[in-house]
Amino acid sequence: MTGPGDQAPTGAGPDSDSDSDSTTGTPTTGTPSRGIPPRRTGPRGAGPRSIASRLMDNRWAGLAGLLVALLAPFVNATPYALSVMTSAAIFVMLAAGLNIVVGYCGLLDLGYVAFFAVGAYTSGVLSTRLGLPLVATLPAVLVVTVIAGLVIGAPTLRLRSDYLAIVTLGFGEIIRVTANNLDVTGGPSGIYGIPGLTGGPVSFYYVTVLIVALAVVGAARLGRSRLGRAWRFVREDEDAAEAMGVHTYKVKMAAYVAGAIWGGLAGVLFGAHLSAISPTSFTFLQSALVLMAVVLGGMGSIRGVVVGAVVISVLPELLRDLADYRYLAFGVLLIIVMLVRPQGLWPARSREAAQ
Amino acid sequence: MNSTVKSTANAPLLSVEDLRLSFGGVLAIDGLSFGVGEAEIVSVIGPNGAGKTSAFNCVTGFYRPTAGAVRLRGRDITGLRPSAVAALGVARTFQNLRLFGEMSVLDNVRAGTHLRIRQNVFDALLHTPRYRRGERESTEQAHHWLDFVGLRGDRYGPARALPYGEQRRVEIARALAREPDLLLLDEPAAGLNHGEKAETLDLIRRVRELGVAIVLIEHDMGLVMDVSQRVVVLNFGREIADGPPDEVRRDPEVVEAYLGRDADEAEIEEARASVAGGRDGGA
Ligand SMILES: Nc1ncnc2c1ncn2[C@@H]1O[C@H](COP(=O)(O)OP(=O)(O)O)[C@@H](O)[C@H]1O
Ligand SMILES: [Mg+2]
Repeated sequence: MTGPGDQAPTGAGPDSDSDSDSTTGTPTTGTPSRGIPPRRTGPRGAGPRSIASRLMDNRWAGLAGLLVALLAPFVNATPYALSVMTSAAIFVMLAAGLNIVVGYCGLLDLGYVAFFAVGAYTSGVLSTRLGLPLVATLPAVLVVTVIAGLVIGAPTLRLRSDYLAIVTLGFGEIIRVTANNLDVTGGPSGIYGIPGLTGGPVSFYYVTVLIVALAVVGAARLGRSRLGRAWRFVREDEDAAEAMGVHTYKVKMAAYVAGAIWGGLAGVLFGAHLSAISPTSFTFLQSALVLMAVVLGGMGSIRGVVVGAVVISVLPELLRDLADYRYLAFGVLLIIVMLVRPQGLWPARSREAAQ
Repeated sequence: MNSTVKSTANAPLLSVEDLRLSFGGVLAIDGLSFGVGEAEIVSVIGPNGAGKTSAFNCVTGFYRPTAGAVRLRGRDITGLRPSAVAALGVARTFQNLRLFGEMSVLDNVRAGTHLRIRQNVFDALLHTPRYRRGERESTEQAHHWLDFVGLRGDRYGPARALPYGEQRRVEIARALAREPDLLLLDEPAAGLNHGEKAETLDLIRRVRELGVAIVLIEHDMGLVMDVSQRVVVLNFGREIADGPPDEVRRDPEVVEAYLGRDADEAEIEEARASVAGGRDGGA
């Protein structure tokens, strides 16, 4: 049949490197050309974008967020503040990973902490038992988390979504209970003396921020690729996706494995940060908090999810003055936010940027 | 694989052979056979619940037939998963619009280009030239097919925001972007007004001119008789006629199925008018 090769030039603009959602082949930087009347205005709609909307681009929002993270230690560099900020950065990475599974692909995973645990334990065990530096454990961490993703995903991803939630919840618990009962993982007391990645807490914070920033950009780029679109096709309508030639099972597996890798690498940072891990760090509550960060920020919106993760991890610390009431206040605040903004703090756009 | 007498070389594009499908003992399709040649338009008609949509689902891999075979150019595709059938050049639309509602109209049509874009995870992470090329081509092709179906609405906004008639067009554009050899349209004119129906008729003709064969489920008899080379009639899962429109129109069993016995021409016209615009609830 006649392919699109014989079409008139559609004038899709030069590629841009911007990180705005689902922008493909349409520049978000640079002024729209006014000389040639673009064939695509009129029904194809959308005039030049306002400065405000440009500032909301992921690229600018992301750079601003990164700047805040890099400058924060100059404002407050007490060990406590650094520790809170480092934990927040790691939590952002977890949320970015879960967002691939839940936000992009629409798979409700209630046991995401399993991958966090697998990463933390793999690097923890290898570094303490074999005396390896943490970086040397990374290849093994990648292999083990990918295998964990495949093993947990293979049976569960064939299930309908409501069953999926229950089964992933079960797998999360199985990993924790296993860690609790094995000798190699140190049983209930866990693993001590995990080496750090760097000399001190300040440098570790900066390394963490850098890795997490790369992880966030990577997740966003995956989301805007052929694979990322396929994830959303599956989320929106699995049958229609299949009818277009999308192998939905493989695509879901890819989302699950990507989520596993993000979670596993966050686990490595977690072990390096605290130098000790135990099964109590990997409870269902942790899975629920990451999921909350994704939902609070706006499912499928990388900007929103980063904001959601920072809020979820930092807010309880800010509420410390309320002592015993702080988790009550935390819960009430979350409920209020979800009532006022059910789509999340900074939801994904379904409109794509036009020229 | 090619166990029948037909050779692959001159086998019809699609052949459905003695298809049977039962749901818990209830026969939805009871022995359906028909063929579709290259660039041919074949319509499947019949009252609601006759098994038309189920037949589409069997051909496209959504249902596994209880018995019988579906062949594409002589190759047995029975029981392949839908994405594998799509990869062989079969595209479809759904009776109840199935767009990716929260995604942009362009993204919806990009779905059709999914199998043609060459791009791996590293291309996506590093934004390699291959990534850029793939994305650009996908976008250009999406625009091309939206132009082809004559979409007037906003392409950058979410698909759910378009009016119903426009959504129908987007679904066809999405299927065409798959660049199929065979297109299955399940009631593409249902719920459309008179003008939109005429445009759909024109669109179906233009698709055929591209060399695409079409199987059409449609209740509007005027449209069916106008556009099809052949008409297959189903009634309660049973095939009661298969032939050129003029022949099928006069077939006594068809007349009976639509009208009950002893109908005269006036009643046939009346029935045609009433089935036109009919709906049914199947998936
Ligand atoms: N998934 C299903 N499960 C059970 N019965 C079904 C299913 N799909 C279709 N049927 C039944 O098969 C018959 C044919 O339906 P369908 O193919 O939708 O008819 P048509 O498209 O001709 O209106 C109907 O009786 C319908 O109820
Ligand atoms: Mg039907």
